[in-house]
Parts: sequence; C-alpha cells; structure tokens
Amino acid sequence: MSLNSNIPEGKLEEKWTKYKSTVPLVNPANKRNLEVLVVGSGLAGAAAAASLAELGYKVKCFCFQDSPRRAHSIAAQGGINAAKNYQNDGDSVYRLFYDTIKGGDYRAREANVYRLAEISPNIIDQCVAQGVPFAREYGGMLSNRSFGGTQVQRTFYAAGQTGQQLLLGAYSALERQVGMGTVQMFSRHEMLDVVVIDGKARGIIARNLITGELERHFGHSVLLCTGGYGNVFFLSTNAMGSNVSATWKAHKKGAYFGNPSFTQIHPTCIPVSGDHQSKLTLMSESLRNDGRIWVPKKAGDNRNPNDIPEEERDYYLERRYPAFGNLVPRDVASRAAKERCDAGFGVGNSKMAVYLDFKFNMMRYGRVEATKLGMTDASDAEIFKMGKDVVKEKYGNLFDMYKQITGEDPYELPMRIYPAVHYTMGGLWVDYNLMTTVPGMYALGEANFSDHGANRLGASALMQGLADGYFVIPYTIGAYLSKEIATKAISTDHEAFVEAEKSVSERLNKLLTINGTKTVDYFHKKLGKVMWDKCGMARSAGGLNQAIVEIKAIREEFWNDLRVPGTADEFNPELEKAGRVADFIELGELMCIDALERNESCGGHFREESQTEDGEALRDDENYSYVSAWEFKEADWDLHKEELKFENIKIAQRSYK
Amino acid sequence: MSGNMNLTLKVWRQKNNKVKGSLVDYKVNEVSPDMSFLEMFDVLNEQLIIKGDEPIAFDHDCREGICGMCSMHINGRPHGPKDAITTCQLHMRSFKDGDTIVVEPWRAKAFPVIKDLTVDRSAFDRIIASGGYISVNTGNAQDGNTLPIPKVDADIAFAAAACIGCGACVAACKNASAMLFVSAKVNQLAHLPQGKPERMERVRAMVAQMDKEGFGSCTNTGACAAECPKEISLVNIAAMNRDYLKSNLIDAEG
Ligand SMILES: Cc1cc2nc3c(=O)[nH]c(=O)nc-3n(C[C@H](O)[C@H](O)[C@H](O)COP(=O)(O)OP(=O)(O)OC[C@H]3O[C@@H](n4cnc5c(N)ncnc54)[C@H](O)[C@@H]3O)c2cc1C
Ligand code: SF4
Ligand code: FES
Repeated sequence: MSLNSNIPEGKLEEKWTKYKSTVPLVNPANKRNLEVLVVGSGLAGAAAAASLAELGYKVKCFCFQDSPRRAHSIAAQGGINAAKNYQNDGDSVYRLFYDTIKGGDYRAREANVYRLAEISPNIIDQCVAQGVPFAREYGGMLSNRSFGGTQVQRTFYAAGQTGQQLLLGAYSALERQVGMGTVQMFSRHEMLDVVVIDGKARGIIARNLITGELERHFGHSVLLCTGGYGNVFFLSTNAMGSNVSATWKAHKKGAYFGNPSFTQIHPTCIPVSGDHQSKLTLMSESLRNDGRIWVPKKAGDNRNPNDIPEEERDYYLERRYPAFGNLVPRDVASRAAKERCDAGFGVGNSKMAVYLDFKFNMMRYGRVEATKLGMTDASDAEIFKMGKDVVKEKYGNLFDMYKQITGEDPYELPMRIYPAVHYTMGGLWVDYNLMTTVPGMYALGEANFSDHGANRLGASALMQGLADGYFVIPYTIGAYLSKEIATKAISTDHEAFVEAEKSVSERLNKLLTINGTKTVDYFHKKLGKVMWDKCGMARSAGGLNQAIVEIKAIREEFWNDLRVPGTADEFNPELEKAGRVADFIELGELMCIDALERNESCGGHFREESQTEDGEALRDDENYSYVSAWEFKEADWDLHKEELKFENIKIAQRSYK
Repeated sequence: MSGNMNLTLKVWRQKNNKVKGSLVDYKVNEVSPDMSFLEMFDVLNEQLIIKGDEPIAFDHDCREGICGMCSMHINGRPHGPKDAITTCQLHMRSFKDGDTIVVEPWRAKAFPVIKDLTVDRSAFDRIIASGGYISVNTGNAQDGNTLPIPKVDADIAFAAAACIGCGACVAACKNASAMLFVSAKVNQLAHLPQGKPERMERVRAMVAQMDKEGFGSCTNTGACAAECPKEISLVNIAAMNRDYLKSNLIDAEG
C-alpha cells in the first residue's frame, strides 16, 4: 500500500480553512445512528468524545483507570502553547509553526503543524470558557511564560498543574455528555484488540478490569487516544499504567507505526535513587525560566553546592548556547547533561546529576519586590525571602514534590536533576485527517506520530491533544462517516468479533499458564535497561544490533518463564501488566530496527555515527527526509517512506547558539 | 533492597466485594528510607508472587500526587501520617525501623471495596456528571482575554480546582460525607464569571446526586480538610451551603 497523507491542495495558510468549508457533512438525523468508539479519556480522548457527542454522534469512551479524570494528561505540569501574541512580543501563527518544525528538527509534516498553530488560540478560549483557572495578571488578563526552543512568551499555565486543569475541563465536558446520555463511559476497561471487518475498523474487544469479562463493542469508527509508550523503558516520567497495547494491537491489525524510535528524553527529572525505583518524576521545563543549570568546573568536586563560588561553576548551557542559554530544546539540554556527567563532572552520590539552581533568580525577583515596596535598604535575607515567595507562587507544587521525593529543600539547595524518558514522538502513522492506514481507525494525541517530528517542544503536547480532540476530529471524521450513513450497526455476533475475542482470551490464558519463576516487573526492568543503554540518549549501529538480539532473548524467556498469579475472571492487575509488557517487548524490537535504519541524527534521535565536530546532532536531509512508517508482517516489518516536503520553511542545520 | 528498616505490615485482604476481608500480617525487611510507600508495596508484591501468593491489589497511576488514584488508609489516616500529600508521595523516611503499619482501604458505603485496598469511587464521576461543569459546547467560546478575571478570584478558583478527586475527605469523615469534594467544584465554578449562569442549578443538582449516592451528611468536624492532600479549605463548604440555601429559596419563590 502506498502512503497518502491526503494533504489538501492550496496555500499553506488556506488549506485548513478551505478543507473545513468543503469537507462533506453528516446531517443531525444521521449522526444519531453513527456510533464512535473513543479509546482513551486524556486530553485527546475526552475532548474528542465530548465534542463528537455535542455534534450528535453516539459515543462510547473507554479508559483503564477508575475514572476518566485520571488519564495521564492530568500529570502535565508546565503549560500549553498558543499563538495569541498577548505579550506583544512578536508571536504569530507562522512563528509557532516555524518553531515547531525547527524544534522537531525538520521531521514533521508542514501542513499538520501549520493547522496546529492555527487552531492553538481557539484552545485557550475554549478552556477559559469551561472554567479552567489559568494564571492571571493583576489586571485580570491571562499570563504567559517561556518554554524551551522559543524566544517569545506563549505558554499559558495554571501553576505547575496545567495538565490537571485542562484535563478537568475536558473531563467536565465529557461528564456533561455522560449525564445527558450521549456518551457511555466505560472506566476500568482495557481495550485488548480492534475488530476489522472488510478492511475497516468496526469495533473493539475490551476487558472489564473488575470482573475480567471480555466485551465486544461495535463502532462505525474507532478513535485511539491512548497516549504514549515511554514506559517501554520501564523508568520514565509516564504514569505506571501508560502503555502501547492499544496502538500495538492496531498496528498488528494493519495500522502502520510512524517513527517508533523517536523518543523524548527530558533534561530535568529527579535522578534515580536506587533499585526500588518504579518511576521518575519530572521537574517541569518551565523551571528553566528561572533556574540556571550548572556543574562544578572541577571534576569530582564534592563541596556543598552553596559553597562553590561563581567562578568555579560551569553554566554549560549558557556557555555553549549563548542565544538560547538554559532554554535550548530538550534534546539539546539532555545530551549536554549526559556529556558533562560522562566526562566526570556530575554531582550527587551517583554523579549522574547536574544542578538546577534558583538562587540567582530568587534574588533578582526579591530585588524587584523590594523596589516595588520602596525598601531601599533591604537586607539580603529580606530580599531572598521576598524572591522565594515569588518563586513559590510560580512553582510551589513542584518544589514541594521535589522535597517530598529527595528529602532536600530546593529553596535552600539547588535541585539535582538528570534526563529521563518523557514522551514519544513516534506513534501510529496518520494522514491529514488523523486516520491511520486502517480506514475508519483514527489516532489522536500522543498516540499518533504527527506533529512533533524528531523532538517535541515543551507545552506543545497539551496543545496537540486538545487540537486533535476539540477542533480537528469533529471535522475530519465527517469526511469518512458521511460515506458510512448507509452502514447499519454490525452485530457483535459477527465472526470477526467472535474471532478477535477468542484470540484475546487465548492470550490471557497463555499468560496465566506459563507458570514460570519470574515476575512481570523482572522482564520489564530487563527490557528497560536494554532500551535505555542502547536505544536511549545515544545510539549506534553496534549497540542497536546487539539490542535486537537481546530483546529477542527477553521475549523468548518471557513466554517461557513468566509467572502471573490469579485468574482471568477477576480483578487482576498483574495480568494487565503482563499483557502490556508482552507488547512492549515487541515494540522495543521495532524501535531498535527503526533507530538502526535511520543512520542520521535528528532531534532526540542521536546516532553516534552522525555528529558534528562539537558533538551536535548532524542531520542527513539528502537521505533521511522522510517519515518511517512500518508495516507489521508476521515475521518482521516492511518500511514505507513518506517523503517530507518543505515548501514554506527553509530547511537548515538547527542552531541554538 | 539496600535499606536497613524492618517493618511489619498489617494489610486488609479481601478477595472481592462478595466475601469478608481481614487484616493479614507481612514482614518487609531491608526497607530503604528513599523508597516510596508504594515502592515498598511493589517489593512486597514481588516477594508474594515468587512465593506463589496473590499480590495485594491497590490503585495507583501517576505516582506523583496528581491523578488521585492511590488511596490507602495508613495507621488510621487517609494517605498516611503526613499532611498535604498523597499515599504515592509518602516516603519510607517517615517511618522507623521496627514500626508496625496498618493499611486499609477507604471505608465508606458509597465506595464499595473491589479487592484488597481498591475501592469503587465512580460515585464521584456521577456527581460531576450531574452538574459539575459549565455548559459550553466546543467552538462556542469568545477570546480568552475579553473576560478579565481579577487575580484574587482566579486564585480562589484555582485553589478549589486543585482537588484530585481522591476521596480521602470521605474516608476521613465519620459520616462519610462528600461535602469537601463537592464544594470544591461548586466553589471553583461559582468564583468565575463563566460559572455564574448555572450557579444555583449546579449546586442543587450536585447536592441531590451526592445524597443519592449514599454519602453521609456533614457535621462540620473538619476531619476532611485536615486529611485532604491538596489542602482544600473548609471555607468551600461554608460557601456552598450559602449557595445551596439560596438556590432553595429561589426554588421556593419559583
Ligand atoms: C510528567 C509529565 C508532564 C508533562 N507536562 C507537559 C506540559 O507541561 N505541556 C505539554 O504540552 N505536555 C506535557 N506532557 C506531555 C502530555 O502530558 C502528554 O503527551 C499528553 O497529555 C497525552 O495526552 P493523550 O490524551 O494523548 O493521552 P493520555 O492522557 O496519556 O491518555 C491516555 C488514555 O488512554 C487510555 N488508555 C490507554 N490504553 C488503553 C487501553 N488499552 N484501553 C483503554 N484505555 C486505554 C488511558 O486510560 C487514558 O485515558 C507531560 C507529560 C508528562 C509525563
Ligand atoms: S477534597 Fe481533597 S480529599 Fe477530597 S477528593 Fe478532593 S483532593 Fe481528595
Ligand atoms: S498515584 Fe496518582 S496521586 Fe497517587
């Protein structure tokens, strides 16, 4: 099958407007007979389910948590971008578009990204109308801050809880529809397969996680809004339940997987403290607005950081990237931290950490406050106290979180941070309509591969998830469903449903009857280590080839020596985990194959073979200016390439110097 | 495990909501103070599985205090001995070698036990579905800055909106009242101009649903706010009561 991205004709700035006014519509009476299954209730899923129900479609929505409000989007901290230019600092739709393409290291599709930038202002308006309490200035206007990879202030936020507030907005819109009976919500349900009939997605098999019962659900269309797969690395900033299973099942039923190896490693996370570690905690990128990153100039300097004088500190980001300083994009900041630690300059017990220091800006804010209050002779202690209050208002919850985890007070001592797996730019390949290669099956939010190329800029995942759910899918789904009005609901006794349920049930039984000696976590940790060491921040042909061999061995061992207690017809979290890890193992192999195939560095994908003299990522546009879309075959995968054309942006080696 | 604390756990085990449960003793050794409470449970569960026992079922997801999924009643307190944090944010440095720790699920008629430490909190979703929103369809919104909101109001709304829906307030209350949870949402929306049009209807509908779910009545003991990981204030309850009375007056006047 050849890939068609279905990008509308016409000028970049006019494509979406023209599309919207010409896309076929479905009349209200027909919408009532069209059923849409939305898997996932994060920003993408909740926004889509609510918006589609408002339009009149019959919607069912699924999530594995006990409530849709707990989807992983809830954990997003720092903010959401929008090209509002409220700060009058030169922002525009074009600039957001440009920053996103450049930030993604020229590996995203122009038309999609432009549409995202175009829609971004509507998102803020919608959320405000829902009662999302964004941060405000004293005059009552919305407040903004900066994120990495940009030189304007376009990030809207609600303290360090932006994701929570946005998700609660989308959740309340969703619950409103549930209350009206237009959405049926299935919490504690896990999708375990998609049902494809005559080449089209027509339903799913879901497991009721409380009773273990397998259920068949029909839909004229299936939307996968199931988030990212960073947990393939075992340790990541993702929630414990985040997984690849829904998209992986879709992949095995014909949906191509786009750029699977594109992973974002976030520079500012709390470092690993021991073997017991179950997940890593992000310290939002917004902290880089006010925190300066440094390591001691002398390797192995064990002094208390407050005792190390200015001239003996190396503010290495400011040194290497004077134009963007501490606000370089994530991939650049992460690699720079790794470089310093590998060279022996790391701090803390493990020496795998760098400092993120707020002292300087606390004092600066304190002086501003003192001036406002006319305190001309304020002491350093008074200034520090006032500055501390300003910082507390901006990031209080993050500082508390840090203290809770490490037992250290970041107002007094600089934070210790290290990069961690955070986000996956890869995901199901979708066209301009957000449709996968299986007709009728869509992927929204982090689950698709679309907008962030090889590196996502901060505060743009929330933007993308909500854009997809509120403003894109309500239009693009019409293009498909307008042709489906004659399709009657298909009985779930159809053989395709029966067969899909049977294979799900067989697999659950297989997992339960291996009766080996090792737990699910044992395999997950083992896989994670291979992925982190060989398919993490630095990748090489040798390492990747070795990783593929190791992953195959892990897979073999998993299916022969796994132990899962309990039964399939009860609440059984270990069984849920086992299914997810089995899929992660398969995905891990594909990620390594993808990383190996792409013999260039771009964004978060750093191939040691392809770097500049000073260690920056070196792209190879001549040979790799494409999206890799992998087709699943029983024994391996076929690669399809979507060529990327840059007609509106001049492509260049990325520089933040 | 690299640590040096040895602990005794007494954990509530209950196979499902049809059978009775009981406390069962477990020894956990070499616990490190840097471990989180849930990581200690991970370790215990690994040991149980290897031994051929059933692991302990408990809810959790984000493990950073924001999703509201974790829900353990520890030594008689929802989310354990420390103020203003969730179970997943509790670290073992808050305990000492030799401690005995009793761990139970949330106890409330409206939160039936599913298994072990896992309970069903879907009643909260139904309360939100009854009115915890602003009725605005996608695409209806005006520019975000056409509606200036004084920072003080925005801050009050934000403080109330911080509720994570964990249910600790219900678990802490001897009447299993959900007033703190409901009032947080009511008050968030009541403080914003966007929320005003439906203000009275909202409070009436949400309170009615709360009663229907079987939550108890509020006798102002303040136990809820004392245990709330997000420090949702009792002021919200007072404010909601005022709105509720007003909404009934309006109703009586027709
Ligand atoms: C700690 C952290 C902080 C972040 N901060 C920011 C930020 O400040 N700004 C920003 O822009 N981005 C941020 N991100 C990224 C952003 O939060 C996510 O990319 C985004 O929220 C993903 O939303 P989503 O709707 O695609 O998926 P999710 O919110 O992950 O939702 C996935 C949904 O799918 C459901 N699901 C999954 N699998 C199944 C299955 N098999 N069956 C049934 N249901 C299933 C889940 O139950 C859930 O409801 C952050 C991410 C992390 C980890
Ligand atoms: S009010 Fe507090 S205790 Fe109650 S649900 Fe909300 S966050 Fe939890
Ligand atoms: S697991 Fe999310 S709040 Fe504890």
